[in-house]
Amino acid sequence: MPRFQPGDTVRVLDLGKPGHVRIPFFVRHKTGVVERHCGAYANPEELGYGRPGLPPIDLYRVHFRQDHLWPDYTGPANDTLEIEVYDHWLAPA
Amino acid sequence: MPIPSPVPPSRFSADAVDPKRPVVEGHDGADYYALMTEALHKILLEKQLLAQGDTDRVIAALEAPNVTWGARIVAEAWRDAAYAERLVADGSKAAAELGFKIKEAKLVVVRNTPALHNVIVCTLCSCYPRSLLGQPPWWYISKNYRARTVREPRAVLAEFGLDLPADVEVRVHDSNADMRYLVLPMAPEGAADWPVEKLIPLVTRHMLVGTAVA
Repeated sequence: MPRFQPGDTVRVLDLGKPGHVRIPFFVRHKTGVVERHCGAYANPEELGYGRPGLPPIDLYRVHFRQDHLWPDYTGPANDTLEIEVYDHWLAPA
Repeated sequence: MPIPSPVPPSRFSADAVDPKRPVVEGHDGADYYALMTEALHKILLEKQLLAQGDTDRVIAALEAPNVTWGARIVAEAWRDAAYAERLVADGSKAAAELGFKIKEAKLVVVRNTPALHNVIVCTLCSCYPRSLLGQPPWWYISKNYRARTVREPRAVLAEFGLDLPADVEVRVHDSNADMRYLVLPMAPEGAADWPVEKLIPLVTRHMLVGTAVA
């Protein structure tokens, strides 16, 4: 059972983790809404170093408002962005 | 007399690199990698770990997928509303119905509507549905496209010749992990009645990435 469901509000953590991570800086500390659960996959942060990355980790697509990601965003307020985030980078918000 | 090693690109040297230094696009170090790849290939052939032609076969397999495969899927969705629904519900499964096996990840199809325009980018590398569309174009891999599409998508789209009105939501999809994305563009007027062969040439790579519309 995934920890989050579509519609849940979540915050992206900043784990301060060095090396191969699949989370760009621009979504760290930002709040968004889970769009879907994408399944569970071997942890790429382990795979990157030749380790098995098991057990698999839940992956979600998270929906953000652009004007929240970029306070100086110049486009319309209804512009959005979706990005995949692994469970361990998320907290309930 | 040992052969001297080629000089590796500067970013791998022990010299400290300024992290704020502007990124230079291009082939910094390409000669080094080309040379090292060539050398490794030669050794593998000499040791008979690879046969002549093995590499060519792999490259041919990598290069077989192309834009017309994605176009075929879009054409089907334009002609058949039920197929379009299946495509949005499970992209990989719907692609398989037409004989296209998405090998690297799950395919997520995002549908454009009069109120929504989707555009795909991979900020972290260049994730792209290669087993369906082949290798990504140079601009998709460029650091410019990757950095700017998440930051100022409308400016990037305008540079591709696509000016969208403010009441159309622009939704950027950062393809950064285990999914691969394909945009389902809106069909041209009357497309539902046209044969597939007539529709396929209308679907460009730019439409499938979301940097153009039909």
